[in-house]
Amino acid sequence: MSTTITTGTPEEKSAAAAVEKIAAERPRIEFGGAWDYSPAPESRDIVRLQKRYGLFIGGRFVPAKSGRVFSTINPATEETLAEVSEGGAADVDLAVKSAEEAYRKRWSKLKPAERGKYIYRIARLLQEKSRELAVLETLNGGKPIKESRDVDLPLAVAHFFYHAGWADKLEYAFPRHRVSPIGVCGQIIPWNFPLLMAAWKIAPALAAGNTVVLKPAETTPLTSLALAEICREADLPPGVVNVVPGAGETGAHLVNHPRVRKIAFTGSTEVGKLIQRALAGTDKRLTLELGGKAANIVFEDAALDQAVEGIVNGIFFNQGHVCCAGSRLLVQESIEDVLLEKLARRIETLRVGDPLDKNTDVGAINSKAQLDKIRELVASGVEEGARLHQSSCALPAKGFFFPPTFFTGVAQSHRIAREEIFGPVLAVMSFRTPDEAIEKANNTPYGLSAGVWTDKGSKVFRITSMMRAGVVWANTFNKFDPASPFGGYKESGFGREGGVHGLKAYVELS
Amino acid sequence: MSRRTGGTGGTGGPDAGRAGAAGTRGNPPLEIRKTYKIWVGGEFVRSESGRTDPIASRKGRFLANVSRGSRKDLREAVRKARAAQPGWAAKSAYLKGQILYRMAEMLESRAAGFEKTLGDSRGLSPAAARQEVRASIDRLVHYAGWSDKITALLGTVNPVASSYFDFSVPEPMGVVGLVAPEEPDLIGLVSHLAPIIVSGNAAVVLLSQAHPLASLELAEVLATSDLPAGIANLISGHKDELAPHLARHMDVQAIADAGGDRALSQGIAEDAAVNVKRVKRYAVPDYRAESAQGLDFIESFVEIKTTWHPIGA
Repeated sequence: MSTTITTGTPEEKSAAAAVEKIAAERPRIEFGGAWDYSPAPESRDIVRLQKRYGLFIGGRFVPAKSGRVFSTINPATEETLAEVSEGGAADVDLAVKSAEEAYRKRWSKLKPAERGKYIYRIARLLQEKSRELAVLETLNGGKPIKESRDVDLPLAVAHFFYHAGWADKLEYAFPRHRVSPIGVCGQIIPWNFPLLMAAWKIAPALAAGNTVVLKPAETTPLTSLALAEICREADLPPGVVNVVPGAGETGAHLVNHPRVRKIAFTGSTEVGKLIQRALAGTDKRLTLELGGKAANIVFEDAALDQAVEGIVNGIFFNQGHVCCAGSRLLVQESIEDVLLEKLARRIETLRVGDPLDKNTDVGAINSKAQLDKIRELVASGVEEGARLHQSSCALPAKGFFFPPTFFTGVAQSHRIAREEIFGPVLAVMSFRTPDEAIEKANNTPYGLSAGVWTDKGSKVFRITSMMRAGVVWANTFNKFDPASPFGGYKESGFGREGGVHGLKAYVELS
Repeated sequence: MSRRTGGTGGTGGPDAGRAGAAGTRGNPPLEIRKTYKIWVGGEFVRSESGRTDPIASRKGRFLANVSRGSRKDLREAVRKARAAQPGWAAKSAYLKGQILYRMAEMLESRAAGFEKTLGDSRGLSPAAARQEVRASIDRLVHYAGWSDKITALLGTVNPVASSYFDFSVPEPMGVVGLVAPEEPDLIGLVSHLAPIIVSGNAAVVLLSQAHPLASLELAEVLATSDLPAGIANLISGHKDELAPHLARHMDVQAIADAGGDRALSQGIAEDAAVNVKRVKRYAVPDYRAESAQGLDFIESFVEIKTTWHPIGA
């Protein structure tokens, strides 16, 4: 049963009360422990962790000049997995110089088709090591193994395959233009899809003839370094791909390095704005993929059970650590009670716990800092008068976990309706008319994604066309493909990744 | 164009008297001096500040007073632009093209007046002035023809690996700020304004500060071209006073910076980060050239939206 914390606000919504009432009256069959799932852990033996990882510069793993290292942990157990060298200014400088040399002497001289063949090689190697890398991704980031295995890895592989084929066809994408590479690209990626984001960044950059310096997030450096190893195995010319782990400071060195010709950043809107300002007036190119607060709109004529699955996938996929997560549910008033009742029941069935367990739906929160942020925002929701509904699931004693959560009685002014929580927390609001849904959905400075659930085709296309968002899913959510451009409107950033449009971020046109 | 239209072109300068040869012998009719108003939300208004600036010819001869737009005028323009933009975006591409073509027609009918104004304000020779007006008309015709081709050329159908119909289409960004070039004022303005609005954006424009007269006369052309009120807003004034507010405005999505002022551009680029505005800086060597037009100018001010729709029974 859902546990509900009541805040005593007089303005509570009847729907919220209904959820509680139905949940309380619901007939339940008790099986005791007889139907509990047995643990089904994926073996971690396939991963050979090193005690210490270096920076990948010029085709070799090297320690940081400063000798500084940081520990990287498994957020599900808090155990230290390895120590990783932390890139400082001198290391970033070395990486950029190595990338520049590789660009000048090797990569830009290569025939485009040959360039493509290297990328195909990387794709194949990545594919062959998928199982190992999926486990490593889950160990280091806390995401459920079924997601790293079925989403992150196949998509990362697909991104390399897709872009490999572009290497010798760029002129077809930009008719009437001469296409040339940009040079050294600095790429800064987040911790929510570590390997997939590395693939999103590196694959198009290489296909277009650029060389890269990649900075993975400080909590999830391991799969980027594994990808570096794959680049080495693929005999990619040294310096074409460089990986320099570190925190914000390392990223700042990269952003401000004078020899970097382009910055691609995926991360928070706050940091994105700082980067945009830092690059103002320079001729460095910039693409930003920033935060979101997507509306998932469910109309009364939607297939409700399907919509519930879509809502769950929208906000609980990857613990809600998704920039395009459907974190605001807009439900038509006429179906609010029944939909929320179904949702409350559904989140009870989500299995929260060991990310390596193949039955786990919701894994570990990526870091203590992120868990604190989620807790703080959830507390603000309660404080501001929304009603909290949470799965009654037990959470592991160690590690960072948060139960699937939704709020009813949410006002648009509440922080939980305005701010990106980046956790398994959904804010539910209602609407009466399509126009009201459109108005509320667009009432945010973000504009990354949106979802629409209705059985009526003409309504789908009217509502999707009115969404001020870069990716709109109709009767589905959180779908990605390398052939499909992804990116935001408004404060969710600019530039696209994937598809023909994504290539533009990595070419110079004249 | 004919002398007749020159007289009605609203181009009252000191030389306007020469057209009045029909006046009393030896005593030409007194010229009507005009104070140019800014154009906001489809209305010609004096700046709320009440301030005006005198505009002189290249040789220092007084030509006219123009309103000096204020921060408040700018905010009002953004408000009007924001309100009008969705309706403009929703109009069919065919209609948008018709309206841009109408602008070309209206400019054509007042060509002589514009030639005179360009001659007065920038000291252009009659031939050079005529060339610039002709080029401006041609540019409007060029973009009129773009309205219903943009989506086909910038859109894609994406072959995703799962069972979805997946497509990407360009959509307008919303309200776009334009810092117009100082010179050439007329063809420079037209070359940036037309590609911004043809895709469905609304524009708030800071006009050439040194030479705003032809641009403010262009407002009279636009006002009679069926362009909905608020889609183009033309503000004369001091750019260094206004540009920072345009760049910081939270309801402006993008800026086309063709002002050519390095310090101003730096400030705009920095301030734009406040709401992740898209900034495109232009340094166009020759506005009359064909290279100063085309799809690239349009593409800088559209967003790409990708839609996923399931395929199934």
